[in-house]
Amino acid sequence: MLMVFMLTILSIVTFLLFNAVPTDPARLTCGKTCSPATIEANRIRLGLDQPLITQYLEWIKGIFAGRTYGSGTATFNCDAPCLGYSFRNGEQVTDMIVTSLPVTIYLALGAFVLWMVGGISTGIYAARKKGKWQDRAIMGVTLVGYSLPVFFIGILMLIFVVVRWNILPYPSYVGPNVDTLQFLQTMILPWISLAILYAAYYTRLTRSQMLDTMSEDYIRTARAKGLPEKIVLRKHALRAGLTPIVTSAGLDLAGLLGGAVITEYIFGLPGLGRLAIGAVTEYDLPTITATTLVAATFVIVANIVVDLLYAAIDPRVRLQ
Amino acid sequence: MARKNNDVLEVPQSVTVTVGRTLTQIAWLRLRRDRVAKVCMAILIFIAFIAIFAPLICNVLKIDPYEFNSALLSDDGGLPSGRFGGVSLAHPLGIEPLTGRDILARLLYGSRISLFIAVTATAITVVTGVVIGILAGNSRGRLDTFLSRVMDITLAFPLLLVIIAMSPVLEQRIASFGIPEGNSSRIVTLILVLSVFGWPYLARLIRGQVLSLREREFVEAAISIGSSNRRILFKELLPNLWGPILIYTTIALPGLIGAEATLAFLGISVLPPTATWGSMLQESVSYFSVDPFYFFVPLTMLLAAVLSFNLLGDALRDALDPKAGRM
Repeated sequence: MLMVFMLTILSIVTFLLFNAVPTDPARLTCGKTCSPATIEANRIRLGLDQPLITQYLEWIKGIFAGRTYGSGTATFNCDAPCLGYSFRNGEQVTDMIVTSLPVTIYLALGAFVLWMVGGISTGIYAARKKGKWQDRAIMGVTLVGYSLPVFFIGILMLIFVVVRWNILPYPSYVGPNVDTLQFLQTMILPWISLAILYAAYYTRLTRSQMLDTMSEDYIRTARAKGLPEKIVLRKHALRAGLTPIVTSAGLDLAGLLGGAVITEYIFGLPGLGRLAIGAVTEYDLPTITATTLVAATFVIVANIVVDLLYAAIDPRVRLQ
Repeated sequence: MARKNNDVLEVPQSVTVTVGRTLTQIAWLRLRRDRVAKVCMAILIFIAFIAIFAPLICNVLKIDPYEFNSALLSDDGGLPSGRFGGVSLAHPLGIEPLTGRDILARLLYGSRISLFIAVTATAITVVTGVVIGILAGNSRGRLDTFLSRVMDITLAFPLLLVIIAMSPVLEQRIASFGIPEGNSSRIVTLILVLSVFGWPYLARLIRGQVLSLREREFVEAAISIGSSNRRILFKELLPNLWGPILIYTTIALPGLIGAEATLAFLGISVLPPTATWGSMLQESVSYFSVDPFYFFVPLTMLLAAVLSFNLLGDALRDALDPKAGRM
């Protein structure tokens, strides 16, 4: 119920953002050399001459039932779920999203696994060595990693690993079913560069969580009753400290599924992020609106999934 | 009797005098003893200084951010002649490839815009976040629910994507309000989008703090003596929130400096020939393999600012932590 409500609001805001804020959306349907007649024709074909509320309802109707643009001989169909029609590409936006979504999913999931494993284990290690040189070194490195501009690691990797040292061929994306080796060769650098960035944050988060829970009474109790340190760490400390990590992880993964804009841009991966960037440079409004809606939907759904996960992880949280 | 009195009098003399200190005083004391924090503050003051006095410094050094020096470039490929990207007495940080513009001058002028965008956006974010956070936390019921939902929705939007998508569209709108098109409207747009998507984080934090604060005895006491709502908000609640606000500010500022650099990297920032740290990074990346020095100059500056803010934020958090041992 809450989800339906949130998604409705979300669609309204997204729609208004890109249809009410621009001074003239019809002007944006074609290039700079567009004639006024074409603009007017597009305005009518896309229904941009209608009041905003009608336009919104048509758009929503399209998502569920599909819609037909134009009238008379110059009509074209957009099948459900229709997120709009991109004049610039002469393609249905839904199709464009369906082709680019898998790329983003592979990218996000690969990086996610790397950074969760790397970040959490380094964080636990740092917490156990608190105050010693290992801890200080890890904290120093993560702080620098955390402060670097997002694009920096990706660019440097591309320059050194590919251009200078020729360790890997220049990234060029193919599906994992087409050529698994080339897929891996292309994805390894994006995975690592995304993971480093997030791992720095998760290391710090895990460390501070572990330090917090390690000072709780029940940890002392667990130690006092003679449990091995491994069990104390895993079953007692980590589990209790996991809640904020799960929250961040869920939201970060969802955020990435909406398109890792910078990483996709640097490595030329044809994912959602690059689709969005391409749409922005071409002022392709239907595509921009659709990618934003898809990305935001991921985050809203993740929000709710994270809430459900809480109950599973932390017995103290009970859903009504 | 007399002996007993003597005993009582003697005891206090051997006990060290405890001075009553407020939390702020304790935090300030801790911060002043923190060497890392002091170094960071010095670096930040230095960066702010050179940004503010950039025109003066450039005048003294006789450098200009927009002047072409093609005479100093080598004939093939337009790279700066000499070592380290053409470092010389006249151009202490070298010159740009292709144009020969002075890098130090561009860096100084760039700091002004980078910092202006980050500082203004942070200020707007913090003020909006605090006001809305207090409002939501202090009002029970509908207003709180409404504001919390607004925060949820805003946080759900893919920040970078929306900023990239909105910038060109919003820029036209802003220009139609009479702000000159070009860099002015671009800078206003950047500040606007960065603040619009920044405030919910702080608002959420503040709301949570207010929720727990308003149940405390001192607020109850204030209500019982008939204090106005306004007095409770600003005199009772706000002073207790300075800690999180301050910490958030030191985190938000470097975040926004980085955000501007990232946007510049994607080509959404000021228009050339105006420079920011981000636009300098973006331009220098393409020359990295032939003129790496050019790339490291803006990067060092950016990293120095961002790292200092982050470290200062860490130190501040430690200093304001009530759980840490008092001194």
